[in-house]
Order: sequence, then C-alpha cells, then structure tokens
Amino acid sequence: MIEALRKKAEELLRSNTVNVVFGYGEGSTPERTRPVFITKPEDVNKLTWNQYCVYNLTTYLKRQETRKLGKPAIIVKGCDAKTVIVLIKESQIKREDVYILGVTCQGVGEPLAVKCKACDVHTPRIYDDLVGEKVENKELSFDERYAELDEYEKMSEKGKWEFWQKQFEKCIKCYACSNICPLCFCDRCIVEKNQPQWIDPSAHARGNLSWNVTRAYHLAGRCINCEECQRVCPADIPLNLLNKKLAKEAEKNFNYRPGYNIDDELAMSTYNAKDNQDFVK
Amino acid sequence: MSNQTTFEPKIVAFLCNWCTYAGADLAGTGRKQYQANVRIIKLPCTGGIDPLFLIKAFERGADGILVSGCHPGDCHYNTGNYHARRRWNVFKPLLEFCGINPDRIQFSWISAAEGGKWVETINGVIDAVRALGPFEGYQKINAIGPAGSGEGFVSSSDKGCECK
Ligand code: SF4
Ligand code: SF4
Ligand code: SF4
Repeated sequence: MIEALRKKAEELLRSNTVNVVFGYGEGSTPERTRPVFITKPEDVNKLTWNQYCVYNLTTYLKRQETRKLGKPAIIVKGCDAKTVIVLIKESQIKREDVYILGVTCQGVGEPLAVKCKACDVHTPRIYDDLVGEKVENKELSFDERYAELDEYEKMSEKGKWEFWQKQFEKCIKCYACSNICPLCFCDRCIVEKNQPQWIDPSAHARGNLSWNVTRAYHLAGRCINCEECQRVCPADIPLNLLNKKLAKEAEKNFNYRPGYNIDDELAMSTYNAKDNQDFVK
Repeated sequence: MSNQTTFEPKIVAFLCNWCTYAGADLAGTGRKQYQANVRIIKLPCTGGIDPLFLIKAFERGADGILVSGCHPGDCHYNTGNYHARRRWNVFKPLLEFCGINPDRIQFSWISAAEGGKWVETINGVIDAVRALGPFEGYQKINAIGPAGSGEGFVSSSDKGCECK
C-alpha cells in the first residue's frame, strides 16, 4: 500500500497535476507519524502509511503557508474525506483545486481511536484516486452512532454542570483545539476580538464555558468528528462529547450529517419552515 | 446569598424590535402589570442574536433568559426568525447538556398585538426561575473573592488590586 501511495504521488508530481503532496511521514519513534509536504518526485519515499496516521491533514488546506505551495494532492482517510466535502460546500476550496488521494483504512491509533470503533467510512466517500483494498462500509443506526453520549446524557442536571465545570476549569485557553480543527477557519476568531470582548481571554474558569461552548457551537452541523480537537487538547477535555452532542441534535432535527453527501444543503445556513419548535412558547 | 424567600431573579429578555418589543410596549401602554424582574434588550431581529449573547448574560449574573421575536412567517426581514429557530434547536440542547436547566433559557413568539401574551410569558419565566433559585453555579465562578459572595461579574480592574 505504501508503494502504491508513493507511486501515485510520484506520478502526480511528475505530470505536474499537483505541486505538492500532503501526506504522512515517519516520526521520531515508530508509533509516531508527522505531516510531510512533498514537492519533488524524488522525495516520495518520505511518504508512509500505517495505523499511526491519526492526524487529519485537511487542516493544512486552510493555512496560508501551505496554500502557497500550489495545488495539493492530499491523503485522506474516510473520516478526513468528510472534511474535504464540508470545505467544498462552504466555498473554502474548489473541487478542482485539490486532488484527493483516498486511502482505505481499518482504524488508527494505539489504542484504537474512538472514532474508529464506530466508523462507517472505512472507504472514503469522495476521492480522485483510491489506494488500498476497498473496505465495506457498515451502516450504523442513529443510536449506535451516538452511543458514546448515553452515559453523559443520563446524568442529573447538577451532575452535568459539575462534570463540565470540572472539565472547563482545566482549559488554559491555548486554542490548540481551534487551531488544529480543519473547519475552524475564520481569519479572526471571536476570541481575538476585544472591542467588545465577548470571551474572557484569561485562563480563568469564568469565561471558559463561553469559550468551550462557542467553539463547539460554531462547529454545529459542520464538525465531521475527526477528534483532532480532543487529541491536541493539553488539558484532556473531552471536547468530542460536545461535538457529538451537536452532531446528534443536527441529525435529529435537520436530518443532516456533515461530509456524507456533497449535494446536501448545509444545515446551519438554511432553515425549514417546518423546523421543530416544541420548545418555543 | 440571602435566604430563598427574598430571592428575586434577574431575567434578561432579548426582544425583537418589530414584534415582541412592540408587544411589551403595548402591555405598557395598556397599563398591564407584570413583575419587574426583567431587563429588556431590544434588537433588530431574533436572527441577529448570537448565542454568545445568552451565555454572556449568564456570565454577567442573569438567573434566566427569554428570547422572543415574531411568529414564524411574520419576520420583518422575512426569514430571520427561521434561522434563529434553527440555532436554538441545537444551542438549547447543548446548554442543557452542560447542566443548565431548560427553564433558565426560554424562547417565545409574541407579536406586536399580543400584549397579554407578553405579560403571561414573562411572568411565567420569572416564576419558573424564582422557583429554581439563583443561578449560583455560574455566579460562584464569576465572583472574585469569596465564593458565592453574590456580586456577579466584577472584573478585577473595577475592584482595584486584590492582593492588599
Ligand atoms: S474513523 Fe474510519 S476512516 Fe477514520 S481513521 Fe478510523 S477507521 Fe479510518
Ligand atoms: S471540531 Fe474537532 S472533531 Fe470536529 S472537525 Fe474540528 S477538530 Fe475535527
Ligand atoms: S485545546 Fe483544550 S485547553 Fe486549549 S483552548 Fe482548547 S479546550 Fe482549552
């Protein structure tokens, strides 16, 4: 598979189909990989592929530095491919401006990442080329998809408040979560605005609910559950639960799942006259 | 915080200029009485209400919030309230997931002609929040100094140096 990937990358670079390949390279230890940006055909041997390729490389599609490298080919797993769909839908990239090198995968991480345990996109849903054996995508039910939330939704109101305050208290406002997120791409984040200052920038528990809830809320109907935000959080805050909760509500209310279908209308930029309003007096 | 019987909730109401604000105004001109616990913030449209406004209100010491605008189909800007409703559909459950009681954050449609509905709704919100008691969870975090001093949000610059 690694050979196939390298061969394809070399082909794309030699034919000038793309200027750069965003891929995974070997890290400092065998259990690590790192992002590599290959611009010369003779460097394709730096590309690798293994179960430690956890990162979602699509975050580089939004960065100035990497955009400067020219048209990219990007290696995406099934989950990462969903990001590309959302980015295209949100007019951040044009379909023809990115070459999608899909890889099939059976799961990454050691131990296995949570997202992989309930994966329904082992074979990406969008690609220009597919590398690897096709893997059957199993269809999961709504309940199975959000099973992770069960125990948290069942907590008492007080329990929930205490649980989340304890989590949010740890936040040091490093913004790693939004930096890594491929779908957090505002030039100026709300946390950087100080006239007026909507979110307290200090790492005091006071403004942490507003930051953590706002980050999650801005990804409502958009987050594709790559789990990158949670992976990079130095405070080990289970951000994924907030993302999942919003994904669940978006699917329940608007029957929408981001990144699955390029023809779907974006959930939060539209409305339906029949939207639920049971809670409105 | 003093005892429960004297607790008077602070309610912030974000009202759309064209419908609910006018409805509340009508209640006023019609000399309809309602409880005085509400601070009204008039905004052009529910569609322009960033959910962050609501969190900020809690952060600044609100015990409860009402957001209210025109009935679906009656929006002055045609679709602002439909977009707002979409947001609330995900935002409200998110706050509930974080442990905020659903009664502390309420939504309604009240037209410019519904002075009576305004009185009923806002009294209902105030009573519900009074029954819940102060939103101590948040207020404790916000107070600088002894926990639960009940001062709400005070920035350190307002209070001068704390280290003396
Ligand atoms: S979620 Fe699916 S596609 Fe993504 S890494 Fe896990 S198994 Fe692979
Ligand atoms: S919010 Fe987290 S899980 Fe969702 S897309 Fe962004 S980084 Fe991935
Ligand atoms: S990565 Fe974690 S600690 Fe850093 S800002 Fe995000 S939630 Fe807070």
